[in-house]
Amino acid sequence: MLRNVTIIGVGQSDFKYYRPNSTLAELAQESALLAVEDAKISLKDIEAVVVAVAPTALFGIDAVERWFVGALGGRNKPFLRINTGGATGGSAFQAGYFHVASGLFDLVMVVGAEKIGESPDTQFVLNQIWEPAWERDFALNAINMCAFQAVRHMHRYQTTMEDFARVSVRCHANALLNPHAHIRKAVTLEEVLSSRVICWPITLLGACPRSSGGCAVILASERKAKELSTRPAWVTGVQECTNTVFMGDKMEMSFNDHADFDDLAIATKKAYTMAGIDHPLKQIDVAEIYGPFSNMEIAAVEALGFCPKGQGAQMEKDGAFQRDGELPVNPSGGVLCTNPISVTALVRVAEAALQVMQKAEARQVKNVKRAVATGMGGSLQIHTCTILSDEPR
Amino acid sequence: MEKTELIEIPGEWNIHYNYAAGEITSKFLATLRNERKILATQCDKCGLVMLPPRSYCERCFVPVSNFVEVGNEGTLTCFSVIYEPFPGLPKPPYVIGYVKLDGADTSMVNFVDGVDLSDLSSALKKLKVGAGVKVIYKEERVGRVTDFSYRLIS
Repeated sequence: MLRNVTIIGVGQSDFKYYRPNSTLAELAQESALLAVEDAKISLKDIEAVVVAVAPTALFGIDAVERWFVGALGGRNKPFLRINTGGATGGSAFQAGYFHVASGLFDLVMVVGAEKIGESPDTQFVLNQIWEPAWERDFALNAINMCAFQAVRHMHRYQTTMEDFARVSVRCHANALLNPHAHIRKAVTLEEVLSSRVICWPITLLGACPRSSGGCAVILASERKAKELSTRPAWVTGVQECTNTVFMGDKMEMSFNDHADFDDLAIATKKAYTMAGIDHPLKQIDVAEIYGPFSNMEIAAVEALGFCPKGQGAQMEKDGAFQRDGELPVNPSGGVLCTNPISVTALVRVAEAALQVMQKAEARQVKNVKRAVATGMGGSLQIHTCTILSDEPR
Repeated sequence: MEKTELIEIPGEWNIHYNYAAGEITSKFLATLRNERKILATQCDKCGLVMLPPRSYCERCFVPVSNFVEVGNEGTLTCFSVIYEPFPGLPKPPYVIGYVKLDGADTSMVNFVDGVDLSDLSSALKKLKVGAGVKVIYKEERVGRVTDFSYRLIS
C-alpha cells in the first residue's frame, strides 16, 4: 500500500535571464539550501536525491547532473536524474513521491536548475529534438509546435488571439506579486496583441522568457512531517500520461487532437480519483498550470475539467481565473513570466505547495485547501498532474 | 571590496551524424526520389494509413509492412507562419503546415510554398485549416523529405 507523502519545504531562485556568477550545480545547490532551511532540516538529513535536468545541450555539458552529487550532499546516497523535456520538474517530483510513498525513504529532495544565456542557440538546440528524416528540415522548434496547438484550438473552438492575450495580461499582473518571477512587468491587452509575431498566432508577449535559476522541494513521510512541520502540503494525487511524438497523428482527430490536452485530461482524471475530487471547479482552490505560451493555458483549464472543451476562453474572459476569481490560475505569474525549463514544472508544484502551506506571501490566495500543478514536455506529448491538499487523502 | 571578475570559457559542439533511416523510411525516401510518389504504411488490424510511414502501429501494437500510395492532393490540417529568425534555422518569413493527403489518416509536415506573406491578414484568408493543398515535387530530388513541398490550391 502507498504511504502518505508530504511536502515540508521548498526553495527557488529569484529567476533571471543569466547567472554568470554560478555554475549549474551551484544554482541547484542554492535552491537545495533554501529548501532544507524552509523544512528546518539540513542536507545531511536527506536520504535520496532526485534531480530534474532537461536536455543538456542547452548548457553544452552532457550528463551534467553528475556535477550535482557533491553540491547537493548526495555523496554515499541514492541519486537519480529524470528528463521528460518540459515536464521534467513534474516527473522528477513524481519520482520523488514514489521514493517516499513506497516506504523506502522518509526524507527525499527533488531539485534541479536551468542555465540559459550560455548559448545564443537555444531554438537551434530545441530543433534537435525532432526526427532527422521527417521533421528536422522544417525548423520545428518549441515555439511553432505550440503555435500549431493554437491554430487547431482556434479552428475547433473559434478561440481568438484576443482570448490568448487575456491569459498573458493576467499572468504578467500576477508576477508583480512574486519576488521570484523573472518578468515582472504588467502588460495590456493591446500591447500583447500588437507585439511582434514570432510564429503565428504566437506573439512576443504571449510567449515565455528563458530563465536561469533552480528549485527544490523536500518530500517527507507522514511520520517525519509530524516531527518537522505544522502545516505540510499532502500529496494526494499523482499521474502522468504520454502520447505519440508525431504531431501529424493528432490533426483532425476526434480524440487526441493537437488542439486539446487529452493526455493531461487522462492524467488529471486519475489524479482526481486518487485525491477524491469529483467536482474540480468547487474542490480545487488554485491551479499552477504549465503554459509557456498563452494559448496553452486555455487548453489546460479545459483538460483539468474546470469547464467543457472550447469554453476555457469564455471562463478567462469572465474573470474566473483572476486572483479574486472562482479558481485563481498561476498566481505566481506562471510560465509566461518565468521559464527555467529543467525546473519549470517543479516550480509549479513548489508554488502550489506554498499556497497550500499558506506561505505564498503577497501572492497567497485565500482559503486554499487543494491545489493542482501541471507539467508538459516533448511535442506537447508528456503531461503530469499533481494534486496537493492541506490534509491526507 | 573588490568585485569578483566573472570569466567565461568558450565552447562549441560541431558533431556530424549519419542517421540510419531504417527500412521503412528508406523505402519512402527512395520511392519519393525515384518515382515521385508518396508511400504510407497501412495497419492490417485497424486499417490506419500512416504518414510518415512506420514499421509499427502505435494503436494496435502490431508490426506493419503494407505500403499504400497516397494522393498528390489533400487538406491543410494545421500551419504556422514563422516570422522570428532563429539561429541555424531558415530565413523567415515562411509557412510550415500539416497536410492530410488523400488516402492517409494522419497528417505530415512540410513547407507550404508560394504563400504571399507581404500582408499577413490577407494571407490568413487563404491560409486556413481546411484549405486544399497539392504536392509539388522538386525537379532535383535527393532522397530527403524536402524533395517535395506543399502549395495551396488557389
